[in-house]
Amino acid sequence: MHFSETVNSGFFFLAPWLVFAPIIGLLINLIFGKYYSEKVVGTVASLASGTAFLVSVLLAYSVSMNHGEVGYFELAPWIHIDTLQLDWTFRVDSLSATMMLVVSGVGTLIHIYAIGYMHEDVRFKHEEGRFTRFFIFLNLFIAAMMILVSGDSYMMLFVGWEGVGLCSFLLIGFWYEMDTLARPSWANSNAAKKAFITNRVGDFGFLLAGFLMFWYLGSFQFDEVFKAAPEIAHLAPWVIVAITIFMLVGVAGKSAQIPLYIWLPDAMAGPTPVSALIHAATMVTAGVYLVTRSAPLYSLVPQAQYIVAMVGAGTALFAATIAVGQYDIKKVLAYSTISQLGFMVAAVGMGAYVAGMFHLMTHAFFKALLFLSAGSVILGLERGHHAHAHHAAHDDHGKGKKKKDGHGHDGNEEHGEVFDPGDMRNMGGMRKTMPVTFWLYMIGTLALAGIFPFAGFWSKDEILLDASLHFPSVYWQLTIAAFFTAFYMGRQIWMVFFGEARTDAAKHAEESPRVMTLPLVVLAVLSVAGGGLNLPFEGFHNLTHWLGHTLGEVEGLPLNLQVAGISTVLALTAIFISWLLYGRNPLKAGQIDPLKKPLGLVFTGMENKWFVDEGYGVLIIKPFKAISQFLADVIDWRFWHDFMHDTVILGTYNWLSDIALNKYADQKGIDAFANWLGDAIHSISATLRKIQNGFVRSYALSVMLGVVLILGYLIFK
Amino acid sequence: MVKVDYYIILSAVLFTIGALGVLIRRNPLIIFMSIELMLNAGNLAFVAFSSMYKSFSGQIFVFFVIAVAAAEVAVGLALIVEIFKTKKNINIDEMNSLKG
Repeated sequence: MHFSETVNSGFFFLAPWLVFAPIIGLLINLIFGKYYSEKVVGTVASLASGTAFLVSVLLAYSVSMNHGEVGYFELAPWIHIDTLQLDWTFRVDSLSATMMLVVSGVGTLIHIYAIGYMHEDVRFKHEEGRFTRFFIFLNLFIAAMMILVSGDSYMMLFVGWEGVGLCSFLLIGFWYEMDTLARPSWANSNAAKKAFITNRVGDFGFLLAGFLMFWYLGSFQFDEVFKAAPEIAHLAPWVIVAITIFMLVGVAGKSAQIPLYIWLPDAMAGPTPVSALIHAATMVTAGVYLVTRSAPLYSLVPQAQYIVAMVGAGTALFAATIAVGQYDIKKVLAYSTISQLGFMVAAVGMGAYVAGMFHLMTHAFFKALLFLSAGSVILGLERGHHAHAHHAAHDDHGKGKKKKDGHGHDGNEEHGEVFDPGDMRNMGGMRKTMPVTFWLYMIGTLALAGIFPFAGFWSKDEILLDASLHFPSVYWQLTIAAFFTAFYMGRQIWMVFFGEARTDAAKHAEESPRVMTLPLVVLAVLSVAGGGLNLPFEGFHNLTHWLGHTLGEVEGLPLNLQVAGISTVLALTAIFISWLLYGRNPLKAGQIDPLKKPLGLVFTGMENKWFVDEGYGVLIIKPFKAISQFLADVIDWRFWHDFMHDTVILGTYNWLSDIALNKYADQKGIDAFANWLGDAIHSISATLRKIQNGFVRSYALSVMLGVVLILGYLIFK
Repeated sequence: MVKVDYYIILSAVLFTIGALGVLIRRNPLIIFMSIELMLNAGNLAFVAFSSMYKSFSGQIFVFFVIAVAAAEVAVGLALIVEIFKTKKNINIDEMNSLKG
């Protein structure tokens, strides 16, 4: 029952500091942040996250020192009700240690990057005071994510699961009073709500899985659940199927899989470091982690595994097609993330947990790199836009023209139309203005496209290889998705960095400062070398052995030249096609997408995300609104308010108070008694008053009568 | 030796006469006399019991009562004189200023 008696040595006692460190960081910033400069706030937050990374390294070291032995650290008792004995226990094994390293490592790099990014972002939006708040949220996220990955029970995992959902909501709606172009609007807060509500649907599935688990398996603790599962699977297999399928609903919500992926593209409303950290590298991979953690459950029910694999593969392909038709640099990456998450989910669905985790790690590296570079591009464009606007304003003043305009310094006013620094059609030729960012972006792109020898090549290949052996349909879907991946990334590179600048802003774009580019260089190195974690050669399968401690030892697959060859050739072909379309004849300003003509309606579909949002609008939101309207208007207002409250309750109350209590109980009871008492005293005193006539004689008579009475009493008693 | 009973009966009769006099008569002088009658009825009872019990305390009480009665008469007569001065008569039925 209790696993606190830690037999193995090591640094497992440090596990709570995974959570404490970021919490302390956020408390410092919360209490003292307003007195600190931006540099101090950013440093405190980065150090907090860095401490968590250090602890993760020590924990991973402890695991390897103990030959993969699981380290438990019981912090405090939590819920003890009857047979339910839940403790706040940290679980450190090779799987959770891997997640900790990814989360805190990538998280720390993004913290550092965000110091530079937010410094400018808050100034472009004229809200300098919000800098501290951002880092408080970011630290809170790290803490919640650490609870998620280090929990020893599904309940603790769920606490973290909800915690990261909250942080996601807070950070998507960080600029809650504007849209992505900083115009006053509720677009960003609507995006936050969309993410939260969609996740709620998924969380409901997770909760149902948890209830079933407790009812039939009697516990939330991982080891106990996995121990009890095989017997139940034998007696009532549907229970395990139900648990795993409900869990898949949760995964679909958190990891943005069909049918709940719709929130992730909108989540790009958050600042770019958030998109990189939460909506690409860490939080959205929580679903993959959940399935991997629940491997003993999934391996009992191949039907559920098959469904998971199909959902993942379908998502991978579907989202990749949408990414092709997007113009916003972050939206492309968002759909790419959904697609790559589909790869991972498909992998863990097929039982290739190591491949899934491998891809999770490399994806964290290169997708964070891509997002952060995209952020650098966006800011560079914004800088160029402002610099140009200032320049133009100065010119105008010099010539004495447009003086009456008065406020020539505001860029937006100057151009009339709002400038979108995220739109790839506003870019072009930026390899000259932002060379560092360009090379970093190139590395990220090649890794994502799966070009040898970048990290993405190895991890994606491992998934494809596994699929080709067991699930041909999944294999084909994923291969086509990989083709699209290379195509949309090529399209992005040509559109953003090559050709001629299509706007003045792109022409005047400026490179980002060191604080932003240095973390990117680290991520770029990881994106190049990340494949080394699990090379498919004899004696190399490091990650396979490492995770084997937790997931059970499996044979590492050797490199399959056919699978690797097909995917590489497809990727190169896709990049070549994208060059033919976008590279050979660069897009001119105002030109429509060259894909539009050959693809026609299909491209319109891609552009509009296959109208899924609209479909949901008709299928779910409209009926939902109608039902809400009915409930609000008819049930609540007319029935409850008008009828129940006004007529029934208020009427009864009025009748009771007016007729029963007022007229009878009060007026005829209490009032009448009080009046009678007053009248009685009045009349009695009127009678008694007559006795006091002022004549001494009659007083003497009274005295004498009194004496006679008393004496009479004393004599005759 | 006369029996004590007779003294007591005489005392009671005198007291009753005095009391009725106080209640019935309208002349304040008569009322005063009636009060004196009652006091002396009491004195009679005191001395009667004193001789019966062969104790002097009853007689001592009588001396006190006689002294107090004298003082009371002095005050009462002074009051009557004052009332007469202001009201020009001493009819007891017109003296109702005790009525609040």
